Amino acid sequence: MGEKILMKGNEAVAEAAIRAGCRLYFAYPITPQSELIEYMAKMMPKVKGTFLQAESEVAAANMVYGAAGCGKRVMTSSSSPGVSLKMEAISYIAGANLPAVIVNVQRGGPGLGDIQPAQGDYFQATKGGGHGDYHCIVLAPSSVQEFADMASDAFDLADKYRNPVMILADGLLGQMMEPVEFKPYKTEEEMVELSKQHFDWCIHQNEDGPGHHHNEINSLEIDPNVLEKHVLELDKKYKTIEANEIKYEEYNINEDNEVVCVAFGTAARIVKSAIDDLNAQGKNIGLIRPITVWPYPYDAISKALNKKVKCINVFELNLGQMVEDVRLAVNGKVPVHFMGKVGGLVFTPEEVAADIMKNL
Amino acid sequence: MQTIAKRPESLTDLQFTYCPGCLHGVAHRLIAEAVDELGLKNQMTGVAPVGCSVFAYKFFDFDMAQAAHGRAPAVATGMKRARPDMNVFTYQGDGDLAAIGTAEIVHAANRGEHISVFFVNNAIYGMTGGQMAPTTLKNMKTTTSPYGRDVDDIGSPIRVCELLNTLDAPYYIERVSLLSPADIIKAKKAVLKALTYNKEGRGFTFIEFVSTCPTNWGVDPVKALVWAKENMIPVFPINNFRDKGNEGVAQ
Repeated sequence: MGEKILMKGNEAVAEAAIRAGCRLYFAYPITPQSELIEYMAKMMPKVKGTFLQAESEVAAANMVYGAAGCGKRVMTSSSSPGVSLKMEAISYIAGANLPAVIVNVQRGGPGLGDIQPAQGDYFQATKGGGHGDYHCIVLAPSSVQEFADMASDAFDLADKYRNPVMILADGLLGQMMEPVEFKPYKTEEEMVELSKQHFDWCIHQNEDGPGHHHNEINSLEIDPNVLEKHVLELDKKYKTIEANEIKYEEYNINEDNEVVCVAFGTAARIVKSAIDDLNAQGKNIGLIRPITVWPYPYDAISKALNKKVKCINVFELNLGQMVEDVRLAVNGKVPVHFMGKVGGLVFTPEEVAADIMKNL
Repeated sequence: MQTIAKRPESLTDLQFTYCPGCLHGVAHRLIAEAVDELGLKNQMTGVAPVGCSVFAYKFFDFDMAQAAHGRAPAVATGMKRARPDMNVFTYQGDGDLAAIGTAEIVHAANRGEHISVFFVNNAIYGMTGGQMAPTTLKNMKTTTSPYGRDVDDIGSPIRVCELLNTLDAPYYIERVSLLSPADIIKAKKAVLKALTYNKEGRGFTFIEFVSTCPTNWGVDPVKALVWAKENMIPVFPINNFRDKGNEGVAQ
């Protein structure tokens, strides 16, 4: 067992990213993720990494595109309005098959919204956000420990699939302090190996000796037939990701569940408290918590529909976004109820429990 | 047999996609020749813009990236920071650099990023079919200024070298033209100097090429050269705005 350190989520994910071999970080300040950029500003020089406060979210994300094009582990982070600005580059990163990690510490929207926790960027994160047919792999943490663990998972997935990976957290996880245990730092040798795996496609002039190469970091294919092929290749990659990388947590899922709840991230923690209270009173309520929200655990939800399940209850800190995926999974077999909270407000376990009982 | 002219090693053998009389090919060649002469081919990388020269990533024969519209200086920043031992340049047109990419060029210059920027100014958007650029001249007609650029309504042409010359960090800023063989020889010297400074890690270097667009100006290539000399040069004067290498500034 390593040492446990009490840390804010924003700091924990930054520390974990550095330990995972991230030596390039480009970002722009925004609440409620400022501790992340500040932690990077403090720590990157100590590991001889690059911290650069960019002139905008647009520029930061395009710097990520450039560094990712060199096959290096690179990250940016922001909160909702800033992530909207990054969407241009994220589409290019996806189109050019580049590995990169983006952290979204979500806040209330739309527009400038507020600075309290929310989950209103689910559609943006999981269904596109930028232009064109592409997907980010999207990981949704629900504790500071998981937020930190996802940093190395995100870099591994990004490298494995040459794809942007987004960690979809929220202001509550960013600001909350919890004990975290970190993985060890990657060694210099491990980091060299991580770069080398990309040498067949990345910009690496002189890095492997003075030979000549002409690799292209590019998302442009002017010939429609060639672009079609490129987009279908991307789609093949997405289908492989869907087949191999779905992750979810089952909480009290059993053959006698009366109700199955579905929630992700911060919302799922509150739902767990409500379930504990109800089950202590003799109910049998389960929860499926998607950990990857793209690819989405449709099968896990449809398999949880035993004969006794009367309904599915979905809880989100938005007006009903993930619930659309739940409905696809349930496919009309039982009613799907939704309860949301917006404006940066968070529902209480009592409110969640009352909502479950109302529909039971 | 003596070779007196040949294709630079740093260009691929692809045929350029530019219109007859376009000067992008000349600018590409000057950069490729300089890269060859400085022995930089295997440590050079460039960033192509969006615009007519979008395919520059195919024409230069080393690792290349293609950037979103206007973002080349940010992409180059990411590349240079990831690989400080590599030499990095961007190649951008006036719409790309002086309109949508204004923030990126100003801040890359202000940080003194150790990159070279080659800026081709022909006062018009070429690829999209001749729309008004930030460098379009007063009263000049384009498809989006069909009655001529009204400077009271839309502002005057932006002089990028002059603007960047207000910043502390840039190491070398020069405006050259590609309007005559003599001008091209001078431009080559500027390109060589920019890439020499780049090789030596001196700082941010910026070359503006005053150029033409016969197709979208609606004139033949020779008239375009004359028109540019008479109309563009007074607005965008040829000048070596800054050369810290010549000032004996600490290297």
